[in-house]
Amino acid sequence: MTNQWVDIKNADLVLIMGGNAAEAHPCGFKWVSEAMENRKAKLVVVDPRFTRSAAVADYYAPIRVGTDIAFLGGVINYLLANNKVHADYVRAYTNASFLVGEGFHYADGLFSGYDAAKRSYDRSTWAYELGKDGFVVVDETLENPRCVYQLLKSHYSRYTPEMVERICGTPKDKFLKVAEFIGSTATPERVMTICYALGWTHHSHGSQNIRTMAMIQLLLGNIGRPGGGVNALRGHSNVQGITDQCAYSEVLPGYLSAPTEADDTRDKYIAARTPKALRPNQMNYGQNFAKWHTSQMKAWFGDAAKADNGFCYDWLPKRDGAYDVLAIFERMFQGKISGFIAQGFNPYAALPNRKKVAMAMSKLKYLVVIDPLKTETGEFWQDYGDKNPVKPEEIKTEVFRLPVSSFAEDTGTFTSSGRVIQWHWAGQDPPGQAKTDREIVAQLFTRVRDLYRKDAGKLPEPILGLTWPYAIATAPSPEELLREMSGRAVTDVVDPADKTKVLVPAGQQLAGFGQLQDDGSTACGNWIYSGVFSQAGNLSARRDTSDPGGLGNYLQWGFAWPANRRILYNRANTDPKTGKPWDPKRGGISWNGKAWAGIDVPDIKPDLGPDSGAGPFIMNAEGVGRLFALGGMAEGPFPEHYEPFETPIGTNPLHPQVVSNPAARVYKGDMEAFGKADKFPYAATTYRLTEHFHFWTKHGVLTAIVQPQAFVEISEDLAKEKGIANGEQVKVSSNRGELKAVALVTKRVATLTCDGKKVHTVGIPIHWGFLGVTKPGYLANNLTPYVGDANSQTPEYKAFLVNIEKA
Amino acid sequence: MNMQSLNLDKRSATTTQPPDVRVAEVPVAKLIDISKCIGCKACQVACMEWNDLRDEIGINVGSYENPRDLSAESWTVMRFAEYQRENGDMEWLIRKDGCMHCADPGCLKACPAPGAIVKYSNGVVDFISENCVGCGYCIAGCPFNVPRISSIDNKAYKCSLCSDRVSVGLEPACVKACPTGCIQFGSKVDMIARGKKRVGDLKERGVQTAALYDPPGVGGTHVMYVLPRGDAPERYSGLPADPSISPWVAVWKGVSKPLLSAGLGLAVLGAFFHFVTRGPKEEHADEEEEKQ
Repeated sequence: MTNQWVDIKNADLVLIMGGNAAEAHPCGFKWVSEAMENRKAKLVVVDPRFTRSAAVADYYAPIRVGTDIAFLGGVINYLLANNKVHADYVRAYTNASFLVGEGFHYADGLFSGYDAAKRSYDRSTWAYELGKDGFVVVDETLENPRCVYQLLKSHYSRYTPEMVERICGTPKDKFLKVAEFIGSTATPERVMTICYALGWTHHSHGSQNIRTMAMIQLLLGNIGRPGGGVNALRGHSNVQGITDQCAYSEVLPGYLSAPTEADDTRDKYIAARTPKALRPNQMNYGQNFAKWHTSQMKAWFGDAAKADNGFCYDWLPKRDGAYDVLAIFERMFQGKISGFIAQGFNPYAALPNRKKVAMAMSKLKYLVVIDPLKTETGEFWQDYGDKNPVKPEEIKTEVFRLPVSSFAEDTGTFTSSGRVIQWHWAGQDPPGQAKTDREIVAQLFTRVRDLYRKDAGKLPEPILGLTWPYAIATAPSPEELLREMSGRAVTDVVDPADKTKVLVPAGQQLAGFGQLQDDGSTACGNWIYSGVFSQAGNLSARRDTSDPGGLGNYLQWGFAWPANRRILYNRANTDPKTGKPWDPKRGGISWNGKAWAGIDVPDIKPDLGPDSGAGPFIMNAEGVGRLFALGGMAEGPFPEHYEPFETPIGTNPLHPQVVSNPAARVYKGDMEAFGKADKFPYAATTYRLTEHFHFWTKHGVLTAIVQPQAFVEISEDLAKEKGIANGEQVKVSSNRGELKAVALVTKRVATLTCDGKKVHTVGIPIHWGFLGVTKPGYLANNLTPYVGDANSQTPEYKAFLVNIEKA
Repeated sequence: MNMQSLNLDKRSATTTQPPDVRVAEVPVAKLIDISKCIGCKACQVACMEWNDLRDEIGINVGSYENPRDLSAESWTVMRFAEYQRENGDMEWLIRKDGCMHCADPGCLKACPAPGAIVKYSNGVVDFISENCVGCGYCIAGCPFNVPRISSIDNKAYKCSLCSDRVSVGLEPACVKACPTGCIQFGSKVDMIARGKKRVGDLKERGVQTAALYDPPGVGGTHVMYVLPRGDAPERYSGLPADPSISPWVAVWKGVSKPLLSAGLGLAVLGAFFHFVTRGPKEEHADEEEEKQ
């Protein structure tokens, strides 16, 4: 979230698209409810199904699964054509006026630089035109045909309401009504928030779904503003925390991109990640990369990390390819991985194409499952009949199950979707022999270290050199870990301007990442968490509900990263020239003549006033928000509509020769496993229900009582065509597998007409499996395709093809 | 069972004056604002948790409703109804079903067992299981089809409005659990005021059909709804537009009750002697447990 949960109450318009907040986030949905009651906000829902969110919405429009960019591209076209943009904001705070280099072009579904053989782009032409001073050339009139504004206008001019209807199946009048709602927030007095979730990420173009919305919010001037922003509603109480700490191998904690083989020296690594300012007087905060990374190395390797050994940079693994979860399981599938530890992860239920995942896991020598529950992953080798048709005698994988505490049985922090880090206390001890995750990982580490000490082995240095400063080596405490992430002064940190002045004495906790150094004098495990455990104590444990501005910032409740800031880019909530809030009733910070001050932590250097020309998007080298994404996205600087890899219409009405995402990675064998509409004519999507949480709560009696058995949702039209009655058993099949479930025949799933064809949707809730106290069911991922988003590699669970028949 | 307050307003099958009201209690009410209900069933789970109820893990019969109906183990269930307007637009009408706590409770009127159903002076209608004879007349007497007889102990059960919580100043469990603030609890006066405000809000938003559901046919209720479609309560899975107590209950109360009561009394007496001579029904189960 750029904003935070409570802030939703400040919105005038809530758009729920690519998610179903009432269903999946009922507790957070209270803030939507508050906005509707207290601010008279409108709620608009766009979804393939009439959902629980739609049930309480002011307006609902249907959409075909996997066509959000076409819809949102249509919105961009509508906003530009009808002058529904916040002109002052767009001019000052976006790159609309920036010129793009001559080498960039777009035609027929492809941007410049495409390499069909590699299915990827050379992105070098997706760049600004730079002047002799090294800065971007701008045209304040926005009339130059090479400026971002004009390129944007021309790119989305193809996304007419008629084209939206043709691709999305959304009736033109309904699309225009939604566009009108959205356009109403282009004025400074009105703000829209967008709440999305996995309905946007689970696509082969998921990142671009979100980017398109971010562009709309920039055009409307809704980013940085109370009641605005682009808000990902995350699905687990601490999944934000997991992402922040790097639960996968492509980034280091705090979103520092991990080194690759090309980064063979520390200098190269740092240089490639330290941006140069693209406009004068910008903060370009990314220039501090070396401080964050060096402090992380000091936190990990302690005294061993020194300037003369590059702070142990050589000890870091250098990626030789992709290490996202699909890539890992592809390697496993190819027999290249011998052991796998699934900690708090149920990949057998969670990853697409169960059959392929079963074959991959069968090639492991050993599998360790760290989980409080008996999971499908730990049981993947067991024959559960047609619900898990495997032959145990052919699977040699040795499985170890380590019982672990659940979240309520351990002390630590949760980081919410709104980036608020909140301390929590264990409610009770874990049962039986279960241990906390901390103890299990610490025991694994200390035992592995003992083996290296005894037997040496290959490259023992990173293991033996890892700093392990905990009072009990086999059980680091949550406080010790949070202190380590937050950071401390290793030696005295002195003021660069006056070396005699000590800013932080050695040994003290740091107040924030502004104090981090690249000379080894500070240690900080995760720069964005810096300050959460300062000299003032554990700020994540604060529970003060004072709210001076009445906007729900609660600065004394927990600690929000970064720097306890509740709304990111909050400088953009103010007029560029005066520094006063666009809407005085929704002020966050304002310029008082000398400094930025207010009810939030300013997202800009406190003394960098309006006269400086510094933009609010301080993490971008140009200081402004990007309508044109440069080389940041794999499939192009402007989002383009691509069909899901399994498309019910079999073509892309915008450019029939480029149907699906040309930059998405598809492994050998997976392309062949895609189905076509002739055999699998129905658009399918998977989703979650409010009664259940993933594959956990089917183990709980109460949740099983309120949602006991697997079902799929189909329209009355489709039921009639196939002769299926409500409540009957049906078989749903894709080109990869099948499942059986109860048919729930409903008016809430619309039959759409797309590109002249009738498109039926089959909705598949995911929560069932062959374990638990609910009625046994099939894993939904028997059906789903093994392909991910071109940027994040998040699998395309939300749009694929199936057939359905009576079981 | 429940905290048994002596602050009774009404007591089933009792012609004498109910025990004195010792404290003048403010009538309470639960307000269910359907325009804010997302059908998450947190209220169902909270009800099961607080009242220690565990219904069967059932099956899906093509509906979001689970359990399928109210039962002795499910005192509240969410009802889901689909309605398509003439222009094709959908409505998904979700209603929390359960005891309405009528000011003039048909169940209590119909009940032949002395003290099996009571109405406290705060308006809560409660079933006192130890006095229940399992005749099921309360079901016939209820205009909302709420009470259910347990197949285990053959007694009638329904929502108690968490009378045990309310009597010590807490809100009912469902109210506490409701994430959107759709369910509110307070004095009936305050809840009417809040309900009217919400109806006004909805009308201002263009929902001209909004209304507060507090049906006069049963003297008003201590569970009220804010209905966006107040003009058609039946669309909410058959919520009666104008509920009233069945005329048969009046007949029963007037003419035949003394006779039937005597008969019932004998039956109860018979059951008592059966109990004394043969012991409780679950004797065998207990013995088996003891052996283990």
